[in-house]
This record gives sequence, C-alpha cells and structure tokens, in this order.
Amino acid sequence: MNFKHKFVFLFPGLFVLIGILIFPIIFTIRLSLSGWNSYTPEMNFIGITNYIRLFTDDPRFWESFFRLSFLSVTTVILQYVIGFALALMVWREIKFKRFFRVIFLIPMMTTPVIMTVIWRTFFHESLGPVNDLLGNIGVKPILWLSDPVIAKFTVIIVEVWQWTPFMFLLLLAGLLSLPKEPFLAAAIDGASPFRKFVYVTFPLMAPISIGAIIIRLIEASKIMDTVFVLTSGGPGTATETSSFYIYIKGLREFQMGYAATLSFTYLVIMIISLTIIAKVLTKLMIKE
Amino acid sequence: MHKLYTFLKYTFITLWTVFIVAPFLWAISTSFKDFQSVNSKVTYIPWLDFEPTLEGWRVLVKSPARGGVDIVEPYFNSIFVTCTASLISIILGTLAAYALSRFTFKAGFVRNNDITFFFISQRIMPPIVLSIPFFIFLSTIGLLDSLLGLIVVYIVLLMPIAVWIMVDFFNRVPKELDETALIDGCNPYQAFYKVVLPNSIPGLIVAGMFCIIFGWIDFFFAFILTFTEVQLLPVKVVALNSSITPWWSLSASALISVAPLIIVAFVVERYLSKGNLSGALK
Repeated sequence: MNFKHKFVFLFPGLFVLIGILIFPIIFTIRLSLSGWNSYTPEMNFIGITNYIRLFTDDPRFWESFFRLSFLSVTTVILQYVIGFALALMVWREIKFKRFFRVIFLIPMMTTPVIMTVIWRTFFHESLGPVNDLLGNIGVKPILWLSDPVIAKFTVIIVEVWQWTPFMFLLLLAGLLSLPKEPFLAAAIDGASPFRKFVYVTFPLMAPISIGAIIIRLIEASKIMDTVFVLTSGGPGTATETSSFYIYIKGLREFQMGYAATLSFTYLVIMIISLTIIAKVLTKLMIKE
Repeated sequence: MHKLYTFLKYTFITLWTVFIVAPFLWAISTSFKDFQSVNSKVTYIPWLDFEPTLEGWRVLVKSPARGGVDIVEPYFNSIFVTCTASLISIILGTLAAYALSRFTFKAGFVRNNDITFFFISQRIMPPIVLSIPFFIFLSTIGLLDSLLGLIVVYIVLLMPIAVWIMVDFFNRVPKELDETALIDGCNPYQAFYKVVLPNSIPGLIVAGMFCIIFGWIDFFFAFILTFTEVQLLPVKVVALNSSITPWWSLSASALISVAPLIIVAFVVERYLSKGNLSGALK
C-alpha cells in the first residue's frame, strides 16, 4: 500500500491533540520554575526552588497523595469485586435479566457532580433520610460528612455507586465474548461452579480484568467532583485529594507557580506508578 | 447448596438495586416538597408525609428576573458542546485508530503501540493540571467563557476514548475486508469509507456513546473556563447548592439533567444483549 496514505489517516487526530496540548504542557513546566503568585503575577525564573519546597517542606501534598492512593485503590477494588459479582449474576439466564442489566448501568450515565449534590442531601446529618431511617431502628445519628474517618467512607460509597457500573459493563462485555468450549469441557468433567470460576472463568477474564482495573484506576485517581461538592476536602483536610490540593493552591491561593510544580510532579508520579501497577497486575493475574 | 446460592444471588441483586435506586427515589420525592416539608422533619411519601407542590419544577422554566433558575439555556449549551466535541473526536479518533490498526509506523523508537498509548494516556491528566494552563491559553486567544473554547478542551478529553475503543474494534475487523476492496480497484480512502466504515457501526456507536457520556458528565473544565456568558448544566445545578439550599428545585434540576443519558443505558443494554458490544469493548 502506498506510503503516504497512512499519514493522511493518522495526522489530523494526532496533530489536533498535540496542537491543543503542547502549549499547556510546556507552559506548566515553565510555570513550575517561576514564583507566580498573587503578589508577583509574572513569569520570573526561580529555578527549582518550588521543587525543593515540595520535597522538603510540604507534608500536606504527600498526605493528600497517600489519601488519594487509599481512596482510589479501595474504591477500585470494591468496584471490581462487586462489578464482577454482578456481571457473573446477570451473565447467564436469570429472571428479569435485561431489567437488572439496565439498572446496574444507570449510575455511570449520571453526572457525578450532580448526583453528589443529591447524595449530600441524602447523607445530611439531621434532615437526610439515612440518619432518619437508622434513627428509627435506634442508631444514633452518624456524622457522614463531618467526621474525618466516616467522611472518607462516604466518599467511597458515592464513588462505588457511581463507577461500579463501568466495571460491570467492561466485565460483562468480556464475559459475553468468551469462547464456549472451555465451559463445555468443564461441564463434561463435572466441575463445581466454584471450581469452574477458579479454573476457567477467572483465567479467561484475566486480561480483560487488568484492562478494566487500569482504566478505572486512571479515572479514579482524578477523584475531584465528588470531593468538591460532598465535603470540599473537609472536615479539615480529611478527604483532600491531590487534585483538590492543587486546586486550592492554584485557583484559591493563586500560587500558580507552585501549583504547576505540584501538577507536574503529580503527573510524573502517576505515569510511573500506573505503569508499575499494570506490570505487577499482569504478573499476578496471568500465571504461566 | 444450589438453593442457598440462588437465594444469596437474588438477595444481593435486590440489595444492590435498592442502593442504586435510592438516591433517585429520594430526589423525586424531594423535588415535590416545599420549605416546610424539607426543614421540619424528614419526609418521604407525598400526600401521606407531606403535601406535594410543583414549585421546585416551576422555578426551572421561570426567568431569573422573576426568581427562577432558568436551566433551559445551560441545557442547550451542554447538548451543543457535548455533541460537537463528540462528533469531532469520533471523526479524528476513528481516522487515527484506523491508521494505527492497519499501517505500521516507525519513527526512532516510537512504534504503533506507543502512539496509541500517547493518545490514551491523555486520560491520566487530572482536569486540574490542564485547567490552569488552559485558562491562560484560552484567554490569550480570546476563547475564555465561550462555547468554542470548551469544545476545544473537550476534544482532548474525548478523543482518547474514541481512539481506545476504535483501535480495539478495527483490530477485530478482518484485514481481508480492506484488501479485497483494494484489489477491486478502490483507493485506500474508498476502501475505508465504503467497506470498513459500514462494517464498524457497532464500534462507532459504542465510541459515540462513551464520548457523549464523558462529555456530558464533565464539571470541572466548565466550572473553571466559563463564568457568565456561557454556562453548562452541571455548573448551573451545582451553583444552586449554596448556603441556603432550595432542595426542591435542586432535586428537580438534577433529575432533569441526568434524564437524557439514562436512555443511553437502554441502548447499551440492547447492544450488550445482542452481542455486538462484546467485540467493541474488550
């Protein structure tokens, strides 16, 4: 096939993407070397001062990063387990199969930030239905949004509600595309459902699982909307994630230079850690 | 043993369904309440617990001058931005995906997979990282607070999704298809347009739906990059969430904003059950 045609297909998309992104990326790197803040809003050059500050004098960023790791890993594990269980349950014939499939998909179609507004009224500590119903069976009001520990779990509940359907969709699509032969063979051998899952379904699903988990980890690491509306990072800094901390530094305190440093460092860490996670998962889930 | 399993299965499915539906039921009930029935004690069932009123819904179509919220314009803005950005992303993304699936690229150490990864990796960037430079970028070229500016930004958000789904999909479309077309005298563009595209409708639909979902649900870019001239739906709804929150109009506007995409859930399920999606989404 002629040599040049392939570029006609690839280049429009590639160059539009690069064209839109090149300025923001170079600008972020340059900005991270400047002391741009509300007192000196200019692109001066202060070398790696910002980076030194980040690595020696900013525990709050690292705390927010570990909090983010905890939140995203926990939510993704929960989403994977629940999503896989749900997908297995509606994979074969059950009553009202299509009805349940639609229901299980719905949350991912809703705007997270808008649903979080609803969740906020849902978990309202004196006027919300959760505490009211729990009160009827004698449970004391739970401080869903104002207790530092419980607020984390409230964020996790909302995230699991929102994004389990995505995991469910990817895994169910995977299950439906599996070849039939291994299952027939297992049925002939008289394997129990449990053994069938461990020796047939799970290994066949491993590549799809890894793909789904990585995609969800990427998306989960951006948790922002939920935190922004539900708790605003509070109480204190109990639910503050990296994105939210960068937002506070950059667009609330206008320390643009420092926020750019945070952004760039954060991106580098994310790319490295996601690559490592992908490698480790591949090793763990695909044996021999 | 089998009975117990079936029992547990249905219990789990029922509980999960209740969990999914609960916030919607709460929102529907709240949207018909007034100040009294929200703030005195927790109420659930209209007529039984409280006297329902349509005020929460009426406010949505009133003009702001008369104490309304007016979500009609943000609604159309959201639809316009989402659809335009999705369309552009799908066109550019599909072309690029076709190239990455069919031809071999080599530039230094860069191979096809690296280019694909470059596209997809754009999803790693959290909105906040991009929004500060985009803010300055758009204000330099005068597109801050405009629909066009948002569309430009959303293309970055959506094209990776289109490329991700379409590369996988094209890899599944047999190569013989285009080769036959080329032997029959088509040039590569005709082969793509007349033979490959018509066979890729399911993939295109899935990619389109994903673009629309992820465009429609974005909040942060719209929140940072627009102020008064242009408002998108999520920003408008969240703006209602102020110190004294009118829960009734908040619920009504939330319900009406999430309604259109719930139809997408039915479309996705249809494709899933017909088996068309499994190829497109693996």
